[in-house]
Amino acid sequence: MIDSIAKVSVATEVRRPNPFIEFVVRLVREKPLGTAGAVIVLGFLIAGIFSELIAPYPLNEIHIIDRLEPPSSNYLLGTDNLGRDMLSQIIYGARVSLIIGFSVVAMQTVVAVLIGLTSGYIGGTFDLVVQRFVDAWNVLPMFIVYLTVIGMIGSGYLQLILVMGISGGIGGARGPRMLAFWVKGGGYYESARALGANTRQIITRHLLPNVMPMLIVAVTAGIGSVVLMETGLAFLGWGLPGQIPSWGGMISGDKRIYMEGAPWMVVFPGLVLATTIFGLNVFGDAVRDLLDPRMRGGVGGKVGRFGGIQFKAKEKALARSKKKLH
Amino acid sequence: MRNYAIKRLLLLIPTIFLFTVTMFLALQLMPGDYVDALVIAIRQQDPGAEIDVEQLKKEFGLDRPMIEQYLDWLGGVFRGELGVSMITGRSATQEMLRRIPITFELNLLSFIITCIIAIPIGIYSALFQDTPLDYLGRGFTVAGMSLPEFWVATMLLVFAVLWLGWVPMVRYIPFTQDPIGNLKQFIVPALIMSLPAGGLVRTLRTLTLEVIRQDYVRTAWSKGLRERVIIFRHALRNAMIPLNSMLIPVFLGMLGGSVIMEQIFCLPGMGRYLLSALTVRDWPVVLGVNLFYTTLGLVTIVIVDLSYAWADPRIRYD
Repeated sequence: MIDSIAKVSVATEVRRPNPFIEFVVRLVREKPLGTAGAVIVLGFLIAGIFSELIAPYPLNEIHIIDRLEPPSSNYLLGTDNLGRDMLSQIIYGARVSLIIGFSVVAMQTVVAVLIGLTSGYIGGTFDLVVQRFVDAWNVLPMFIVYLTVIGMIGSGYLQLILVMGISGGIGGARGPRMLAFWVKGGGYYESARALGANTRQIITRHLLPNVMPMLIVAVTAGIGSVVLMETGLAFLGWGLPGQIPSWGGMISGDKRIYMEGAPWMVVFPGLVLATTIFGLNVFGDAVRDLLDPRMRGGVGGKVGRFGGIQFKAKEKALARSKKKLH
Repeated sequence: MRNYAIKRLLLLIPTIFLFTVTMFLALQLMPGDYVDALVIAIRQQDPGAEIDVEQLKKEFGLDRPMIEQYLDWLGGVFRGELGVSMITGRSATQEMLRRIPITFELNLLSFIITCIIAIPIGIYSALFQDTPLDYLGRGFTVAGMSLPEFWVATMLLVFAVLWLGWVPMVRYIPFTQDPIGNLKQFIVPALIMSLPAGGLVRTLRTLTLEVIRQDYVRTAWSKGLRERVIIFRHALRNAMIPLNSMLIPVFLGMLGGSVIMEQIFCLPGMGRYLLSALTVRDWPVVLGVNLFYTTLGLVTIVIVDLSYAWADPRIRYD
């Protein structure tokens, strides 16, 4: 009996176009700024993954005669105080940011889901205590925490990922906790269960479509702030050790004596960093607008959209902008 | 309400105690203490130096059992002494009292600038949703959030020197000696620290958007109230309730970021104190500074929770 119902529900399911393609089309059509962000993010990914193929010189190769060379055809973005090609260092820096960004966010997600789900499922006093702890954790100045812990356990990939991953995960445990309540609280989870859907179907058809937007937005926004934090630590000299090229380390304080003679040493790494963060930010915003179910389908008429209210001043502003367009 | 406040404040004591234990344990686990750092420093200058490490550890009290060191430090905390620096032998409390006003001034200035920028933009962006004004405001905020503070500061210093020949003050000017010179020194780092104001703009925009879609705003509208009255008295006052308690965490978040600004602009605040202590593994100072920040954060969250009840008469604690 139950089996047949499950089969029926599967058979009547409407075939939808590939959600990924659908998403890309909507992104390009509706969000020009978000598309620009996506292009930047793509460039960042490519630079990070294929560093060896793109970079004109090997990592940390020193051309001592050409040190502090301004941008030229040989060295597109100039060279630094040791005679290393800035462009190559920046491209390898993308890999460092990429590794740190993705692994920290992955770690954060795992920790957040572990804490949030257990706290939400168990509930009661346990939940209360955990939530207090999460609240308290969120008011600590994170940069101070990172500095202190990195100062204590030393710097390196593993240390950075653990420190930023765990502390960020504790701070982000709220979302998964709400998720646990949602699953526990019934709604269409129970309906699906009653229709005979098995766990795999519930996860792939009901849970993931609801969680994915939240997750994608959290990940894109998260990578940006993690990269910023890492470069900040590297800037202060507490990032990754010596020979690893981090965008923050490239403009770090002790190099300032060279920068006045060679401003390209500070301009380019920061410009690339700022562009990457900008790309991640606007792309994340666009993804949220497109995928968040609460934002979906909100485009109605003038009245429906603002709960019946269209402020006069705003009406004027809209009319003015329309006039300009025509 | 009063009972609730007392309960929350009393709960702070075990929380902070637990924090100090964790910190202390972590510090013991870290590879190398102050003496080890000292030995490395001496060896760098004079590779053949004869050093009695055991004797040094004894002098600094690092050979005692952990629990004894901890109780010693904790006793100091109760006497108002957050730690005695191993390098200078000076009291961390005294040093911090000298430095807190500097960090506080920097953060307060930047906080005021952030509010002046973020609150109007956030509200206007919401009221004029999807107009060019909204796009402009949001564009500015995203751009501001994407600029790394340390890069902007370094660029400023490098190009100010190159183009204007302007070299920033390396010496700190106290407010009491020269208020104008002091403000001049603080305003640039404070402005740079206000770049991430975009986060606040976003939240404010969402809050205002939610509020102007509420039923009571529609009611106010339909009974024919003037637009100004609806916006200021009905919409914004309600949007401000969550804001009240949001601003304090924003301020706390800045405290962390001010480490970089203090370092770049040579301001002798708490952040530089922590950095220098970390470099030489001067753990009593590291402990003291972190205890200060933690206590500040934890007390703040209690105040935030209580301020909810104060600002919103609908919330009652028992």
